[in-house]
Amino acid sequence: MTETIAVNGIPRPLPDDPRVSLLDFLRNDVGLTGTKKGCDHGQCGACTVIVNGIRINSCLTLAVMHEGESVTTIEGIGTPDEPSALQRAFLEHDGYQCGYCTPGQICSATAMLEELANDWPSDASEKLEGKVAISDDEIRERMSGNLCRCGAYANILTAIREVAAGKTA
Amino acid sequence: MRPFQYNRARTLADAMQMTHDAEATPIAGGTNLLDLMKLQVETPGQLADINRIGLTGIDDIEGGGLRIGALATNTVTAAHPRVRSDYPVLARAILAGASQQLRNRATTGGNLCQRTRCYYFTNIDQPCNKRDPGSGCGAIDGVARLHAVLGASEQCIATYPGDMAVALSALDATVHVAARDETERRVPVRDFHCLPGDTPWRDNVLEPGEIITAVTLPPPVGGTQVYRKVRERSSYAFALVSVAAVVEVQDGVFSRADLAFGGLAHKPWHDRRIAEALVGSAPSDELFDEAADILLESAQGHGENDFKIPLARRTLHAVLSSAAGEAA
Repeated sequence: MTETIAVNGIPRPLPDDPRVSLLDFLRNDVGLTGTKKGCDHGQCGACTVIVNGIRINSCLTLAVMHEGESVTTIEGIGTPDEPSALQRAFLEHDGYQCGYCTPGQICSATAMLEELANDWPSDASEKLEGKVAISDDEIRERMSGNLCRCGAYANILTAIREVAAGKTA
Repeated sequence: MRPFQYNRARTLADAMQMTHDAEATPIAGGTNLLDLMKLQVETPGQLADINRIGLTGIDDIEGGGLRIGALATNTVTAAHPRVRSDYPVLARAILAGASQQLRNRATTGGNLCQRTRCYYFTNIDQPCNKRDPGSGCGAIDGVARLHAVLGASEQCIATYPGDMAVALSALDATVHVAARDETERRVPVRDFHCLPGDTPWRDNVLEPGEIITAVTLPPPVGGTQVYRKVRERSSYAFALVSVAAVVEVQDGVFSRADLAFGGLAHKPWHDRRIAEALVGSAPSDELFDEAADILLESAQGHGENDFKIPLARRTLHAVLSSAAGEAA
């Protein structure tokens, strides 16, 4: 039986060569080029995807390690006709310049909002226990794994803050 | 990346067979190993994927301690209610490391086994006694900003890069290892990592084929726990110096002062003489200086990292005075 991985809900056969990273698999084998290769060494976050609900760097994991698992890429988060709340907010607030890091930023922020909802603490949290108070410092710390070489951080922060505030309001 | 055979283990026995009989390299989160494989620093012929063998639980143990499975992710560990309430120094240390994406993959066992970020180790065009024994050390007299000021040797001045193990050292945790003869051996985390000496290729005491199964924490103690990390940017960077402290003050004197240090050596640094000097004495600047004198007695810089010596002193001061203030 062929081993598969679900990509945005569609089962895909895993590659024969175990060396293929999840990132290269998504881009080259599945043809979903929304996920970007920045550094390919886990330093920039451009390749961030959501696997079984958890955000990870797809460059630092092998596709074969995810047999039977479920991957959501930027293509699975929204479409031009039906963007997600974060995608709308990034458009509204100009949360990018060149746009190369944007799919990773949005995948990362999508999962980050769930982490906030679960009250997982961060390095910026004053207390380890209880409800996390959303602040700019919390969002910056939680998004520190996603670099933006254009330096569009101010608008990225504004976009995420707006959606985070809406979620908790 | 060099070609390799990939096998997925279903049980610990399965994994032991692969790593022992077939000399496969175990892979868990893979965030460090795959990076090094892309750089051809690591070139395993076989990988044993151990992600599906269990060992993910975090459970209370008899007597009040906590057992953290080798494959519990850093994220799950830092978010665990008992880690947050009883071992905050561990939660803080984990949260101070890497990014959320990496912590979501990184595991207890893999984090303990992560390799140095020395620029010469990760560049196969450079000499490195750790990667290529006998080739020399590029960092000595080279670019050495991240490097060791304590416990280094003439062969290697690399540092252990992690944060989690520094907290585990302050907490006096124990590493549980599945040995080749199917027995379990227990290694105090303070003895788990090695100094480079004449065997710089050896990061820790694991024998080929052995697999970490868990880390256990002793019952929680009172007082204050602090993890202070000094780094080049405020997030997502390795420590230049870090201090993990479990400190208690009773009747105006330290009744406990378990400290461990990151960024200074080839292993999380722990010197029991520091606790001996602090316990029984009242917190004061002079006492903190005495503790720093003990810590840095044999410290030696290599030019670019000379700053770590005064930085370690100041960081120790800051941690002790704030912890003593909170604990009093």
